[in-house]
Formats: sequence, C-alpha cells, structure tokens
Amino acid sequence: METIIAERIKEVKKGNTQAFEDVVSFYQNKVYFICFRMVGNKQEAEDLAQEAFIRAYTNLESFDERRKFSTWLYRIATNLTIDRIRKKKPDYYIDAEIKGTEGLDMHDQLATDEALPEEQVENLELRGHIQTEITALPPKYRSVIVLRFLEELSLQEISEVLDMPVGTVKTRIHRGREILRKKLRHV
Amino acid sequence: MMNCEQDIIYLMHKYLDEALTDEEQRILSNHLQKCEGCQKRFHELKRTDTLIADKSGVTAPASFIDSVMSQLPEKKSRATWLGWFRHHPLVSAAAVFMLLMVSGIFSAWNQDQQVTVSKQEGVVIEDGTVVVPEDVTVEGDLVVRNGDLRIDGHINGDVTLINGQFIDGGSSETVPEGENLQAYVSGELNYVNQVFEWVWYHMKNFVGEVFSLEESGSPE
Repeated sequence: METIIAERIKEVKKGNTQAFEDVVSFYQNKVYFICFRMVGNKQEAEDLAQEAFIRAYTNLESFDERRKFSTWLYRIATNLTIDRIRKKKPDYYIDAEIKGTEGLDMHDQLATDEALPEEQVENLELRGHIQTEITALPPKYRSVIVLRFLEELSLQEISEVLDMPVGTVKTRIHRGREILRKKLRHV
Repeated sequence: MMNCEQDIIYLMHKYLDEALTDEEQRILSNHLQKCEGCQKRFHELKRTDTLIADKSGVTAPASFIDSVMSQLPEKKSRATWLGWFRHHPLVSAAAVFMLLMVSGIFSAWNQDQQVTVSKQEGVVIEDGTVVVPEDVTVEGDLVVRNGDLRIDGHINGDVTLINGQFIDGGSSETVPEGENLQAYVSGELNYVNQVFEWVWYHMKNFVGEVFSLEESGSPE
C-alpha cells in the first residue's frame, strides 16, 4: 500500500491534483480518528482532518519521499489538533462532557439496522464513556495514547510523529494507560 | 500487594507494548500466579487497551473526500512556471540579464535631459547649445549629450552628437556635410538620435573597450 501511495504522491507533485483523491480516500479514517479522539467532537474533528489534508497538499513539496508519508501526515494532523486544543484551553473541561454525548448521537444514527437494541445502547454508552475519558486526559498523554491505538504504529514511529524520544513515548503511554485504567475500571 | 509491584507493573506495560523478552515474560507470569492483586491489575490494564483500541463508529463522514478536494487551493500553475525556471537556470539567468540590460539602457536614455559635454576647456554652453568659439581648438574627441553643437573654432578629433543637432556656424543650415565641416572637424561626425542607435553606440563603445583592454594587456 505504501508503494501505491508513494506513486500517487509523485503524480500529485507533478501537478495531477486528482491523484490526491486516492491519498485522501486511503487515509481519511485514520486522520479523522486522530482528530476525533483528541477533541471528542465530530464537527471539529472533521474540520481539523480536512485542514490536515489541505496542509499536506499545499506543503507536499517539502515532503521527503524517502520517508513514510503516513508519519508525515499524522504529524501534521496531531500538530494542528494540539494547537487547536491549546488555543481553547479555558472551556475545555466543560466541553468534554458535551462532546461525549455527541459521540453517542453519532453512534446512535450509525447503528440503525443492527439487532438487540438494549445491548446496542450499552455499547454506545460504553463508547461514549471511553471517548469522554480519553478527551479528559492531559493532551501530552492523549496524543501518544491516540497514536498508539490508531493502527500498528511502532513506538519508533510515534516518536517520529510527535518529535520526541522513544523513552518519553513509552513513559507517557504507561502513565496514560494507568489513568484510563482507573477511570474505566468499573464500566 | 508486594513490594516488587513497581517492577511488575512496568513489565505489564511492557507486555502491552509487545516488548517483553522471554525472561521477563517468565518473571511476569510466575508473579501473576502467586499474586491476586497483580492479576486483577493486569486484567484491568489489558481491558483498558482493548477498550481504547476500539475504533468502530469513528469514521470520516461520507462527504469527506469531496469536501477536501473542493477546498484544495488552485496554485499549481504558479508552481509549474516557477518549476520551469528552477529547471532551466541558465535560460533564467540570461533572461534576467537581458531584462536588466535593456531596462538599464532605456533608463539611461530617458535619464538626464541636461546638456553635457565630454570636454569643458574653452567650450561655452549657451541656452542648450554647445559652442566652440572661434579662437578655440579642442584637442581630442568631443561628445555632446542632449544639446546642439555649433562649431566656430576647431576640433581635432571625432564628434558625437547624442539627442542633438549640428548647427552650422555662419548660415542657418543644419546639414553638416561637405567642405564646411571638414574645415572644422578633423575626424568623424556621429549622430545618435534614436534609442536603437543609442544601443548600437553603447555596443560599439563596449566592444571598443574590450579590444583596447586586450591590446593594452597583450604586450606584458
């Protein structure tokens, strides 16, 4: 897959804008996942994810093709999101509650034709709860935790995305996991 | 719980990071068999990972791709001609050089509208006309810019008139050809009244300088 993406990137660099569609298509859910997990609000997550792709497109000249595109793209997305979180810090804890509920609404709509409504509702509540707890983590733990569970990202890759030593990534994953363990113990 | 808890907890996290060595794996499972507290904690940690790894329901909306594609800036054309310059540095350098040279010549042409003369001794400037008085002999070439020239005396050299005319001393005729002129000017008389001639004049001067430089350089 990486090689197909690399081909597409080359074409975009040559001026074929349409080739970028495949890049967006392949990474959209991953980038959206990073943003959603970090901010906990789907509208904001969508805005941030779109902004991340647009930035990637406009700065494509500065992307070094010998490196992994995904790492570069995730880095843009996390930096944008962390920036956004920093800017609106004051009302962030109040927001977190509302965001969790919004998550519920979305799952509600998505899950229409599945059986067993009661079990479904429980699942939705659980997901909303997990999202709320992740969003409530201090940002420095949140970013590592989100990236850790995005896909099979190695600790090395996470350290590249966040531009910090692997040791720091490890410690933060451990701390974040401990915080979440205490919060999610009884759900 | 036991005193060794910190080390064991570290191993639990390491397990979840999939970074345990065989030896550590053995230590961890041995401990877990004996310690109920750690078993519980280990279970909670594993469950936490499972819970937060769940991505179901978190997907970009269906309109996402179209939305991004429609927002992409249309600046590729700028990038392509900039790219062209980047790929043809020699042509670009030549173009810039030509541009500067041409604009330099034009601005020099349009520049000073003041009357200037290359030699001042004995020459009089009256009302935009340069006059060489009767009793004066100018030694060497004379260049007059932005003014007419009247010669009552003598010039032992070439005369160049830039943006000006030659006025014959006695009569009002302005055509300097013929015997009259020969009497006053011992060299050539050049007119430069158009931009192209101005350019040509500069080229001749430039070439002349290059050759005279080479000549003065060669004997050494």
